[in-house]
Amino acid sequence: MEFGPHLMLAALEGAVIASILVLTAMGLSIVFGVMRVVNVAHGEFFMLGAVLAWYVSTMLGGHPAVGFAAALVIAPLVVGLIAAVSDQLILKRINYDPDRTIVGTIGMLFIIQQTTLMTFGPEARPVEAPFNQRLALPWFEFGEGGLQMIWPWGLSITSYKLFVIFAALAVLVALWLFLTRTKIGLIMRATQQDSEMAKAFGVPVGTVYSCVFGLGAALAALGAVLVVPIQQAHYLMGADPLLMAFTVVIIGGLGSLPGTVIAAFLIGMSDGIISVFFSPTLAQIIATFLVAMILVFRPQGLMGKAET
Amino acid sequence: MRRKIALTTRGIKMTTKTTNNAVSRRKALLGLGAGAGALATTGLMPGAMGFAQAQSSAPIKIGFQKHATGIGAAYGRWYDATTTAAVQRINDGGGINGRPVEIVTEDDGTDPSRGAEALEKFEKLHGCDIAFGTLFSHVVIGSAPRAAELKLPYFVVSEGHHVASGMLNRYTLQPGITDVKSQVVSMAPFIADNLGKKVTMIFPDFAFGHDHRDFFTQAIEAQGGEVVAKIAIPPTETSFTRYFPSIPRETEVIYHVMVGPAVLTFVKEMGEFFGPSRPELFGFIDSLEAVGIDSPGLEFLEGSYFWEGMPRHVQDGQSAFEKTYRAAVGCDDRGASLDDPADVSTYAHMFGCWETLNVIKAGMEAADYQGPQDRTKLIEAVEAMSDMPESLDHPQGAKRFNGKTHQVFGQQFISKVTEGKLVVEHVATIEDGLYEDEVDYTTQSF
Repeated sequence: MEFGPHLMLAALEGAVIASILVLTAMGLSIVFGVMRVVNVAHGEFFMLGAVLAWYVSTMLGGHPAVGFAAALVIAPLVVGLIAAVSDQLILKRINYDPDRTIVGTIGMLFIIQQTTLMTFGPEARPVEAPFNQRLALPWFEFGEGGLQMIWPWGLSITSYKLFVIFAALAVLVALWLFLTRTKIGLIMRATQQDSEMAKAFGVPVGTVYSCVFGLGAALAALGAVLVVPIQQAHYLMGADPLLMAFTVVIIGGLGSLPGTVIAAFLIGMSDGIISVFFSPTLAQIIATFLVAMILVFRPQGLMGKAET
Repeated sequence: MRRKIALTTRGIKMTTKTTNNAVSRRKALLGLGAGAGALATTGLMPGAMGFAQAQSSAPIKIGFQKHATGIGAAYGRWYDATTTAAVQRINDGGGINGRPVEIVTEDDGTDPSRGAEALEKFEKLHGCDIAFGTLFSHVVIGSAPRAAELKLPYFVVSEGHHVASGMLNRYTLQPGITDVKSQVVSMAPFIADNLGKKVTMIFPDFAFGHDHRDFFTQAIEAQGGEVVAKIAIPPTETSFTRYFPSIPRETEVIYHVMVGPAVLTFVKEMGEFFGPSRPELFGFIDSLEAVGIDSPGLEFLEGSYFWEGMPRHVQDGQSAFEKTYRAAVGCDDRGASLDDPADVSTYAHMFGCWETLNVIKAGMEAADYQGPQDRTKLIEAVEAMSDMPESLDHPQGAKRFNGKTHQVFGQQFISKVTEGKLVVEHVATIEDGLYEDEVDYTTQSF
């Protein structure tokens, strides 16, 4: 493949990866920002979203769009609810102690994963995309007759992948409006800044924590519902997004939402481009190396505030 | 995913270590106990006789190493269904040497270290007579050395060339399914003559894929063709579009063989990448095992070719053996479960379990197998086997076993997707897939 079209294909692939990643990493980042909890089970909430999407779309049947639309609403809600309940049952009981929450969420990881294995089974199951047209993309080139439009071999995207990119953007804008323009958002930000003071002003911090934990999980689930028509629901699919999300929030700065968006874009695009031109393994090596460098030279992350 | 797996493997290694310690302690105790027992029972002949009598009617225990979880799970489930059906048939026919057969199943998690652990459990925990099963080559390669240490005959259904290459040992045999080298050697002439000579290979990046890479490259060169690109993909990969731009423009044929839970995504994304102007496609059905050929997004496969170990869809002129076998394992005319047409089987591979169990039965009968003390006699009996005619014991077709390399040879099928059905176009004979011996296991001591 020629360099130009090749780069364009790589960038498009990168954009799809980045869109899913930004939703997953946002969830992780919000949870850490507000609750100071490192949620190791985050990838499993992602997986749960995909699995529930399969259940919902299979149960409804009919046109794939019906099942998918329903899954888009139901899966994040259910996953959010499960997360909120597990916050009440587990994290609250251990007083959000940083060390113990890590162990607690590792436990949740195994419980969710093994329960899915026992019920959903070990197979990968597909969810049909609501629409999926292949869109061949043109490329412009100076030929003998001046500027020419050509249709290179393999340069294409599907309508569904484009939809994923725009859907992720829409969710991101909605999330930003929610956090900055609503009262609940205000309460969350207040809790993030100083939970003791928020409590003193009558903010029900416990409830806020449950909501935030639910919101974080719901974002991961939403990302999974978007990705499941491209990939397939599988009980082990949570591991990759978890690692990628951790990479993103460490680079972006734990708890910093703008940092998370920037880092997700960076990592997603570089993963897309490097893996197309070189190899996916190299893309992961570079991302991991970046994490190490950030931890050494700028431990608070790109946009994080240094602890004083 | 890859990194996570490394983490898990490390975790498992740790557990293995502790188990090993526990086992060695237990082994020491067992040794003491056996010594004491031997002292106590000297001269107590009636007791010993009673035990011998009980043993003769006790079931023959076959340890079944199953990919119940991990990336091989779809195969594991269908290998299990086929094994159950084969054992049922053997038991209905009076068992082996008058004794019923009992299957003891252990999950290997499609993981080499857990595979070796499973063998250990068969020997030390369950008292199995032999071990059997498993497809993924890295699990077989990881488990086989343990089988030799335990002196436990290990019958694999794995396709990899590792048995016939001499990499493993005298205790490991593959009498029920052909190996990749033989498959590839018999496919190459068809590809070069009918599809094209410039081939790009896409294969999983582990032993099984490397077998394909190495042997197909040689085989197509022997036919005057060449491999223009080799694209290795990690078996745990979930997204594939990024690999396809490395396919050179001059490619005439794509040779693809993928495994793992994401095979449907792989084939779908390949179709999306090429659109209407695809080169010829020749795939190993592994890329679509347990996936319906009529799945949405796979329409572009119409007119493409697949290797099949055994035709998934019922063909004209179906043999009575094939018909009975298909009903016994619970598959319909399209190779899906009779209960659920969406549950597609791994039809091209799982016959290997059925045939292997029948070889085990024939071997145990020839060796007059009575218990673990006769294990080497069993291996020698199987090594002595050669031609196996097509029958209900061998519904895939006639086989020829090579006792020196511990590998069986058989016919291969090339099917073309025609109106959503896999229709056999070409059958490669046993002779097409033969190659020179690379090892003589019979010269190794037990």
